[in-house]
Amino acid sequence: MRKVAIYGKGGIGKSTTTQNTVAALAEMGNQVMVVGCDPKADSTRLLLGGLAQRSVLDTLRVEGEDVELEDVLADGFSKSKCVESGGPEPGVGCAGRGIITSINLLERLGAYEESLDYVFYDVLGDVVCGGFAMPIREGKAEEIYIVASGEMMAMYAANNICKGIKKFATTGTVRLGGIICNSRNVDKEYELIDHFARELGTKMIHFVPRDNDVQRAEINKKTVIEWNPTCNQADEYRALAKAIEENDMFVIPKPMETDTLESLLLEHGMLEVA
Amino acid sequence: MKTPEAVPELPAKALAAVDIEAISALDLSRPDAGLAMPSGSPDSDGLVRDLVSFYPPRVQRKRTRHIKVNDPHEIPKIEANVRTAPGIITQRGCCYAGCKGVVLGPITDVLQIVHGPVGCSYYAWMTRRNQADVPDDAQNFLNYAFTTDMTENEIIFGGEKKLAQAIREAYEIFHPKAIAVFSTCPVGLIGDDVHAVAREMKAELGINIFGFSCEGYKGVSQSAGHHIANNGLFSNVVGTEELPASMKTNPFRVNMLGEYNIGGDAFEIERILARCGIQLISTFSGNVQYSEIARSADANLNLIQCHRSINYMAEMMESKFGIPWLKVNFIGAESTAKSLRKIGRYFGDDDLIARIEVVIAQEMAELEPVRTDVRTRTNGRSVMLYVGGSRAHHYQALFSDIGMPTVSAGYEFAHRDDYEGSRVLDSIAIDADSRNIEELTITPDPERFAPRKTEEELAALEAGGLKMHNYDGMMPEMTKGSIVVDDISHAELEHLIKVYKPAVVCSGIKDKYVIEKMGVPCKQLHNYDYGGPYAGFKGAINFYIEIDRMVNAEVWRLITPPWAAKKPA
Repeated sequence: MRKVAIYGKGGIGKSTTTQNTVAALAEMGNQVMVVGCDPKADSTRLLLGGLAQRSVLDTLRVEGEDVELEDVLADGFSKSKCVESGGPEPGVGCAGRGIITSINLLERLGAYEESLDYVFYDVLGDVVCGGFAMPIREGKAEEIYIVASGEMMAMYAANNICKGIKKFATTGTVRLGGIICNSRNVDKEYELIDHFARELGTKMIHFVPRDNDVQRAEINKKTVIEWNPTCNQADEYRALAKAIEENDMFVIPKPMETDTLESLLLEHGMLEVA
Repeated sequence: MKTPEAVPELPAKALAAVDIEAISALDLSRPDAGLAMPSGSPDSDGLVRDLVSFYPPRVQRKRTRHIKVNDPHEIPKIEANVRTAPGIITQRGCCYAGCKGVVLGPITDVLQIVHGPVGCSYYAWMTRRNQADVPDDAQNFLNYAFTTDMTENEIIFGGEKKLAQAIREAYEIFHPKAIAVFSTCPVGLIGDDVHAVAREMKAELGINIFGFSCEGYKGVSQSAGHHIANNGLFSNVVGTEELPASMKTNPFRVNMLGEYNIGGDAFEIERILARCGIQLISTFSGNVQYSEIARSADANLNLIQCHRSINYMAEMMESKFGIPWLKVNFIGAESTAKSLRKIGRYFGDDDLIARIEVVIAQEMAELEPVRTDVRTRTNGRSVMLYVGGSRAHHYQALFSDIGMPTVSAGYEFAHRDDYEGSRVLDSIAIDADSRNIEELTITPDPERFAPRKTEEELAALEAGGLKMHNYDGMMPEMTKGSIVVDDISHAELEHLIKVYKPAVVCSGIKDKYVIEKMGVPCKQLHNYDYGGPYAGFKGAINFYIEIDRMVNAEVWRLITPPWAAKKPA
């Protein structure tokens, strides 16, 4: 079983990328489970066609000790298995602790079946606290892919996430599998992210171009692959899935100093206006 | 409820015989000298070097600043109230322990809810042995432990709703006058707003409800919790009720601050003050009820016993209501007598001064035979005290009474002024840890501010040998060459015991059995083991007898414990 976590700056497209990649992997015949680690519980919406099942934490709260796996696990596109960790409403409680509780419960319930080929964790935003580091901290996830774009703040966030991975890689099994470029049509974006990835000691595993088909599919509560299997963007996600399937480059990242990161941006013309 | 009792009759002849002039001439401002070090004591400077010799260099440097050879005439600067070095086994407790456990806990009729996991409440349940003498018709929650029993669910989803529910339930069952809410560590981490919940519930239930942000991790010790407790009690309770006119007939009205009625100490102090004709409005907070604290702004003098835990309250009450404060110590017969004389001097009333003298004479006459007898078996035997933020100082007076010199002492959580005296207050550097604890800005109450003494009167008292608003601290009353250690570690304590071989060590539960395994009796001064009271005159008698029993028990020398036995060849 390959245990994968997707991290990246908030709003970069982690959930969309994850679900489309999972759809492609499932289409290839893989058994895949997605664990949404966002209190908003919207990480499996496209795979489930909008049918959000009850989150693990909500179920735990209502049912107490009497939680069964089928209460929280739903089948999505192409037999993918979907779980939402859930969490508190904004500004209340501790979402990080929620993720820890939720993943532990899933383990006790036997969600991690041997027959699974992949588990994907879709983790909220940056590695903001111990709770959100849970998937990489305790070896729940062993390969990390960071979604980034050529925008400066996305790269800052990615670099920061690498610091988290490095910290836990030295004591555990987690490794960086690559940077997924979710293009924002920034100038020279391909070269920039390619260079950025190499600086981090990894590679740009795929460059996903910007395409409005993604939005069209989302409005229909579907992944691109389900909504229009023959469109160009569907093939892009299939290519990403294949790259992940064939990936054999797992590294302890070398996060950059802020100065290095900024000079890289300069080199690729990002700071010309400044 | 403390009502103005009829002032007890004292023999007229004795009263008339008191030489007021001689009493008024006594210098009450001079610190008492500590008993000299026993002969043959080890070289103090060498001992201080040895004490830190087992640390790595950085810790050595840090700890050296906390360890001083005392000189009462040239007080050395000691570091205190800073973070404990990591890895050291410290005696210190947490902020929540200081706020709930020490300051608020003893109040009998404020229903106290601990917002947190059940253990935080359970382990604060009656552990201080605070006692109370509650009238039959009054409520008493001392024996209860209330908690919201926070579980994983509340950590994740927030605990405010459960707290509101707990307050509602507690109100429905008990109908208390007031409810206090205490925050534990996880409450601060997840950001539950206990103050907002308290405000909402106060509006809903119509009783006084107030919260404390006393999360355990705040500050460097329980001292932070004392400050937070003082702020909350002052802002929410003090001065919210007025003393009825029928209780304002006695001008000698005082509050007793920093007395928590452990083992019944407050009962003894109440007894003595009543005999002298001094009216006690409120104690902070041993054997006290909510209304008494609410009415405390009508006192004419604040007496401070434990300066460390309650000086904030005295300062704030003076700024807002004009009540001066006076440091007292009712631990030890001599120091009790001195404290009473200071009160007499403050009020400046000849009848009161005479009464106090007669009471002292009568009490001392009863005590003296016991003291003289015990002293034959205790004289010259040494003591070490490592406890609290005032106790390690106050109890030295009791030991002095029976001829026992203090060779080494220190506090757990005190600040520099508790060691060196309030004269150093202005030179204490305020670090970030202290700044993190809220400091209230208090202005005179437009209606209720009334200075009890004019500036001139205060100056005259000062000139006549009574220091107001002053605490001399521990070091001026300890002998030259004694060793003072702040926030002592287990390793340092063990080393000192080996070197000094004291007759008794006063400490707390964390050290007690380590000390006793070394063959040295240990008296807990946080809870008095199972004894007390030790305050005042009758308390002193109890203490002399108890210490006599402890230091002369042969049990420590009669058996060889298995770990000390020589292995068979």
